[in-house]
Amino acid sequence: MLEIDFGQTDPVVGIDLGTTNSLIAVMDSGSPRVIAGADGSVLVPSIVSLLPDGSTVVGEAARPLLIEQPERSVYSAKRLMGKGAADVADELSLFPFHIDPSSQSVVRISLGGKTFTPPEIGALVLRELKERAEADLGTTVSKAVITVPAYFNDAQRQATKDAGRIAGLEVLRLVNEPTAAALAYGLDKRKEGTVAVYDMGGGTFDISILKLHDGIFEVLSTNGDTHLGGDDIDNLLLRIALEDIASEWTRDLSQNGSAVQTLRREVIRAKEKLSFAPVATLHFEWEGRTYSRDIDRELFNRLITPIVDRTLGPCRACLRDAGLQPEQIDEVVLVGGSTRIPLVRSAVEVLFRSKAHTDLNPDEVVALGAAVQAGILSGTVENQLLLDVTPLSLGIETVGGVVSKLIARNSTIPASATETFTTSVDGQTNVLIHVLQGERELMKDCRPLARFELKGIDPVPAGFARIEVRFLIDANGILSVTARDARTGKETSVEVKPTYGLTDAEVEAMIQSSFENARADLDARQVAEARVEADTILAALDKAKRNDAYTDLPEAERQAIATALNQLLLVYHCDDHRTIRAKIDKLNHVTTPLAENMMNTAVRGALKGTRIE
Amino acid sequence: MVRLLPDKSDPKRYFALFDLPAKLTLDAKDLEQRYFRLSRQWHPDLFARKTDPERAQALDQTALLNDAYRVLRNPLKRAAYVAASAEEAKPQAPPELLEEVFELNMALEVLRLGDQDVRPQLEQQQQSFLAALQQQDRELEALFPAYDAGSASAADIQALLNRRKYIQNLVDEVEKALHARN
Repeated sequence: MLEIDFGQTDPVVGIDLGTTNSLIAVMDSGSPRVIAGADGSVLVPSIVSLLPDGSTVVGEAARPLLIEQPERSVYSAKRLMGKGAADVADELSLFPFHIDPSSQSVVRISLGGKTFTPPEIGALVLRELKERAEADLGTTVSKAVITVPAYFNDAQRQATKDAGRIAGLEVLRLVNEPTAAALAYGLDKRKEGTVAVYDMGGGTFDISILKLHDGIFEVLSTNGDTHLGGDDIDNLLLRIALEDIASEWTRDLSQNGSAVQTLRREVIRAKEKLSFAPVATLHFEWEGRTYSRDIDRELFNRLITPIVDRTLGPCRACLRDAGLQPEQIDEVVLVGGSTRIPLVRSAVEVLFRSKAHTDLNPDEVVALGAAVQAGILSGTVENQLLLDVTPLSLGIETVGGVVSKLIARNSTIPASATETFTTSVDGQTNVLIHVLQGERELMKDCRPLARFELKGIDPVPAGFARIEVRFLIDANGILSVTARDARTGKETSVEVKPTYGLTDAEVEAMIQSSFENARADLDARQVAEARVEADTILAALDKAKRNDAYTDLPEAERQAIATALNQLLLVYHCDDHRTIRAKIDKLNHVTTPLAENMMNTAVRGALKGTRIE
Repeated sequence: MVRLLPDKSDPKRYFALFDLPAKLTLDAKDLEQRYFRLSRQWHPDLFARKTDPERAQALDQTALLNDAYRVLRNPLKRAAYVAASAEEAKPQAPPELLEEVFELNMALEVLRLGDQDVRPQLEQQQQSFLAALQQQDRELEALFPAYDAGSASAADIQALLNRRKYIQNLVDEVEKALHARN
C-alpha cells in the first residue's frame, strides 16, 4: 500500500487562530514550542489592514492602522466566521466594520472598495503565521492543525477550514480549544483524573470537562457561548466611556472611527492593568481635550459581573451533562487572556470549589496543544489520543416544523446515525432533507445547517422506496451525508446546499486569487528591497567618486563604471526585481577594482559596507 | 419525505464489536477498557498518514464503535437496544401512580393559571416522582440478570421502559413548568 511520507521535510504545525491574537507552534524534539516572529513576540494580533495600493498588512504592523485608517482595518473577524448578514446586525454598533450590502449567507466586509469574507481575513492571518513558521523552520509549511472554540457549530468549523485552504494549508484536523489546552497541560502533568477547562478568550467562551486515562483524553461534555469574551468587557467599558465623554464634552464621538479605536485602546489598557493593580486610570486625549477617570477594582468588578455570570450557566450545564458534582472535578485549568481577571478566577473557584491552575501561559497553551495534536497525527507523539464530542445536537426537520434529534450533543465523535426514508408521491425521484443544529424542539429555534437533496431515486409508487441515509460527524465536528437505495444497493447522489458558508467553487476562486495576491505582494516586496539595495550602492558610489582612488582609475574602468551605473538607473523603476538585481551585480562587479584601490584609504569601509552578499 | 422507523434487526452487532456476549448485565469498567483499547486501534487520528480508503475505513469503524459504546454504556439505552428491537419506548402510565399523576396535573394547571403558591407542592411532587424513577431503574437493573438467564422476556423490559418513559416525561414537564418565565 502506498504510504504518504511525512518526513522531516514536511512538518505539521499547530495554530491557534484567535479572536484577538493568533499563534503558531510546532513539536520540537518531543515538546511543543511556540514560534516567535522577527519582533520576538509569539503573538500575532488578529488584525488586518488594507493599504491604498491594495496590499495587506497583518498583525502588530496593522495595529496603528486601526487608528490611522479604521475604515480599511478589521479585527476580531473570528466573531463573524460562519455567519450570515442577519446574524451580525447588532454586533456592528461598536465594531467599525462595514458590511457590504451584497452579504447574505456569508458576511462580506468592505475594506476600502474591496470586500473580504471572514475566511479570507482568517487566511491572511494564517498566511502570516505560516511565513513565520517557514522562516523559523527553514522549510515550507503546508499542513496544519487549527483550533476552534469547542462550541463552534458546523458552519463556523467549515469557515475555519476554508480559511486554511485559502491560505494554502491542508487542515489535517480542527481541534477544540479547551481540549487542545488539556492536551498541552496533560502531557507533562496529571495522568488520571477529571479536569475542567475554563476557556475565556477575546471573543468566545468554552467549558469542557475531560477524564484523563493514561494518555487518553476523553471529553465528557462541553458547553459555551461563541459570543462571549474579553471583547464584551471592552465594548461595555467603551460604551460607558463614550457616554461619559458625550456628557462632559457635549460631543458624541461614537461615530468617529479613529476616536473610538483610540479610546478602545485606552479602555483595554485600563482593563489589563486592573488584573494586577487595585486602580487604573482611563486617560484619553482627543483634539486637544483630555478625559480622565479612575476605575477601581470594586467598580470594575461591579460592571463586569453580568458578563462573568453569563459563563456560569454553561458551566453548570456542562457538569450536569457530564453527570458530575462540582466536588468531583479534580482540577480546573484556566485558558485565555480573560482568565487573568481576578473576578473571573474567583467565580470559577467558587463554582468548582477548587483552586484554578494557571501554570501554563493562558495565551500560549492552546497553540501548544495544537502542536501536540499535530505530533499525534504525524506520528511523533505516541500513546496520546483525544476523544472529543460534538457540542450541539444534530436533527432533521420533520412534520410541523419539529426537529427530530439524530445525534445528541456531547456524543463522542466520530459519530453517526442512519435513518431510512421513503417517498410520499408516486414516481418521486428526489428527496430533500433539512438538517439543523441546536437543542430546541422547534425548527425556528435551531440553527439551519444545510439542505441535502437526494437525487436519482428509482421512480416507484409512493412508500415503496427505501433510502438509507447516513449522517456522519467526523473528528473535526463536521457533518457529511451519504445515501443509498436499500432496495437496489445503489449509492444515491447527495447535493449539499449549506445554509451559511461558501460553496466549494467560491473557496477555489479565493484560493486562486489569494495565491495571485500572495505572489503580487511578494513581488512588490522584492522590488522594493532591490531598490533599497540600489540606493545604497548609488549613494556609496557617489561618495567614492570624490575619492582619489576613483581619479586614479584607468579611463577604461571609469567608463565601465559609468556604463553599469547608467544601466542600473535605466532599470531602477522597472517592476522586475531580477532585472534590478542583475544590474546591481554588474555595478558591484565593475566597482571591485575601485573598492580594492580604496582599501588603503579611510573610505574603504563606506564602499565595502555596501557590497551585497 | 417520509421517515421510517429505525431498523434494529441486529441487536447483537454492537456487542460483537466489543467481543462481548449479547447480555444485559455487563461490567462497566471492562467495557470502558475494551472501548479505549479499540479506540487506540481504530481512531482516524492514527491513520492520518495512510491512504484515503484506509482513512475512510478508520472513520467509519470509529463512528460505529462510538455509536455502540454510547448505547451499551448506558443501561437504559442498552436495555432499549436489546429489548425494543423495532420500536421506541411508548409512555405508559403505571397504574399504581395514577392518583398521584392526577394530583400533579391539577397542581400544574393551578400554576399555569398563575397561582405561585402551588410551587412548593409541585416541587415536593417532583421529588416523589424522581424517587419513582429511581425505583424503576432499580427494577430494570434487577431484570437484567433475569433476562440474561431467560426468566424475563424482552416484553417485560419493554413494559418497564414504557412506564419509566411516562414518569420521565412527567418530571420533565414539571421541570419546565417550574422554570418557565411568566
